[in-house]
Amino acid sequence: MNINTTKVISLLFFIFSAFYLYTAYQIQVFAFDENAPFNARTFPIYLGYAGLFFSGLKLILPDPNTIKVQHKTLEYKKTAILIIIAIIYGATILKVGYFLTTSLFLFSSYYFLGERRWVLMFLLSFPFVAAFMYLLHGVLDIYLRDPFLQSIGVMG
Amino acid sequence: MIEGILIGLTTALTLQNILMVMVGCFFGTIIGMLPGLGPMTAIALMIPITYGFDPATGLILMAGVYYGAVFGGSTSSILLNAPGVPGTVATSFDGYPMAQQGKAGKALAIAAWSSFAGGTLSAIYLLFMAPSLSKVSLSFRSPDYFALMILGLTAIAAFSSKGQFLKAMMMVVLGLMLASVGQDSLSDITRFTFNNMNLTDGISFVLVVMATFAMSEALTIILKRNDPTSAAKQVSLTELGSIKINKEERTKMYKTIPRSSVIGFLIGVLPGAGATIASFLAYGMERNIVNDEEKEKFGKGSVNGLSAPETANNAACSGSFVPMLTLGIPGSGTTAVMLGALLGFGVQPGPRLYMTNPEIFWSIIMSMYIGMVILLILNLPLIPYIARILAVPKNYLIPLILFFSITGIYVMSFNNFDIYLMIGIAVVATFMRLYDFPMPPLILAFVLGGLMEENLRRSLLLSNGSWEFLWDRTLTACILLTTILIVVWHLYKTMFKKNKD
Repeated sequence: MNINTTKVISLLFFIFSAFYLYTAYQIQVFAFDENAPFNARTFPIYLGYAGLFFSGLKLILPDPNTIKVQHKTLEYKKTAILIIIAIIYGATILKVGYFLTTSLFLFSSYYFLGERRWVLMFLLSFPFVAAFMYLLHGVLDIYLRDPFLQSIGVMG
Repeated sequence: MIEGILIGLTTALTLQNILMVMVGCFFGTIIGMLPGLGPMTAIALMIPITYGFDPATGLILMAGVYYGAVFGGSTSSILLNAPGVPGTVATSFDGYPMAQQGKAGKALAIAAWSSFAGGTLSAIYLLFMAPSLSKVSLSFRSPDYFALMILGLTAIAAFSSKGQFLKAMMMVVLGLMLASVGQDSLSDITRFTFNNMNLTDGISFVLVVMATFAMSEALTIILKRNDPTSAAKQVSLTELGSIKINKEERTKMYKTIPRSSVIGFLIGVLPGAGATIASFLAYGMERNIVNDEEKEKFGKGSVNGLSAPETANNAACSGSFVPMLTLGIPGSGTTAVMLGALLGFGVQPGPRLYMTNPEIFWSIIMSMYIGMVILLILNLPLIPYIARILAVPKNYLIPLILFFSITGIYVMSFNNFDIYLMIGIAVVATFMRLYDFPMPPLILAFVLGGLMEENLRRSLLLSNGSWEFLWDRTLTACILLTTILIVVWHLYKTMFKKNKD
């Protein structure tokens, strides 16, 4: 059976809107605000209904412009690797520090995207990040916490 | 007005601001030139940098980036037939055939002069129109603003994705939902935070823009790198030919530019319309106006066919500043990003901006003109060199875009939760892009969410909970009627297509 992905996304959005609406009704408001013409939950409730309305329409109305994505030609593997590298980068940046994690993030991204010019890869990661870090930290005075550089005595 | 122009010139012509326009135009050109990366990405990447400047300088830098990106987009349209931005799609109709005929230099020069003329003329229109509209909009009240915001969101949904109105409306609702996360502005009650402290202040505007544009665009480029339909056909990037425009071609441009600039500006002023529609309309209008002999050349390298959309898309860029500066309601996704940045500076755009921050108001207008001059001086002689940037391998480009996006968020919060949130939103946005869910409506809705709620709150409280405020005033009723017509028309079109099928 051929499933129309746009309809699946619309269905997911419908469920999401229903959940949003349920959560909107659960918003705690002050007792004196409960019957006010407008309180903290009023606008979200309207949004929840709007989400249900538009996604519901999308679900029931025919889709004349069906989008057909050629999944075979899409690079899912490399995209997934890049996302994982970005997540690891996010997880380590505070503990290890900006310089090392960012340089490794760039270097590994170049590598997984198929680059093999090692010198260029190195120049566009470690020295590039060092220069950028100097610009942020030294010139623009934006503090960047870096336990790694502190441990080797480069940063105070 | 003369006083205002002088204030604007004094601010815009400082060494720092001229430098900002130059830097903005240059980087905008480079980013806009890269297929897939448009002005919104370029501006999004600049936001963290602008926070170090005063509002006028920051906005001047972003305006420079905007114009540069639109100009850069036309370069990739002409040389690769791969428009960097949707607004330059029509440019490729005649620009690319001209480049294939070995006249790439000439095509780029025509595009540069047309952009310059279109941008300059529309900056003059803006100069006269913005102050008058500001005075008129002072009479606007909360119900009018609320209705106007609904109209803006509906219009951008209607125009941003052809035949995908419902998808665009879903994105509008999603943008408003994202904006509702965090503390309620009046009661300080937290909403949709699920007891996560990181969400108490809401989701950062820069995070949403970076995720839905810069990051998701980078991921989309990687995802589609083997897609045969997105592969660019190559024109020689080293031998572009002469950039001289002869007398006959100039005569054609003299006629095309004024009419295309007017149509471009007027379309740009309309909420939601913008450069893409303006360039297509100008192209279509030009084809209908010219004689039969010239009409035959359209699509095969016509000077009029190249000049018209280029003039119109730049004119529309200036036009889209009108609703943002005078009403505080952005007319396009790009100006929505700029509005968000302005709010970040603590400046509230709207009719009073003209009086409370005249230096910002006028310096933006004056910097547009300066930006046009700089674009021409900077880009025309540098075209052969700048064009080589198109050859930058994606293996380097993509990680660098991701790096700038993540760093932009990290230096703002020093919190890895924001990085995870950004990656999450970017992944969802990438997936939705594959199925043609447009992102500009989401951004516009996210920016307007808080203001919309505020105006609805005021209107409902003043009318004691009654929805009569929607038709009490003629102005509010007219705006809402226009919105209803747009919605009904698009729903009707959807139904009509069904019957036709």
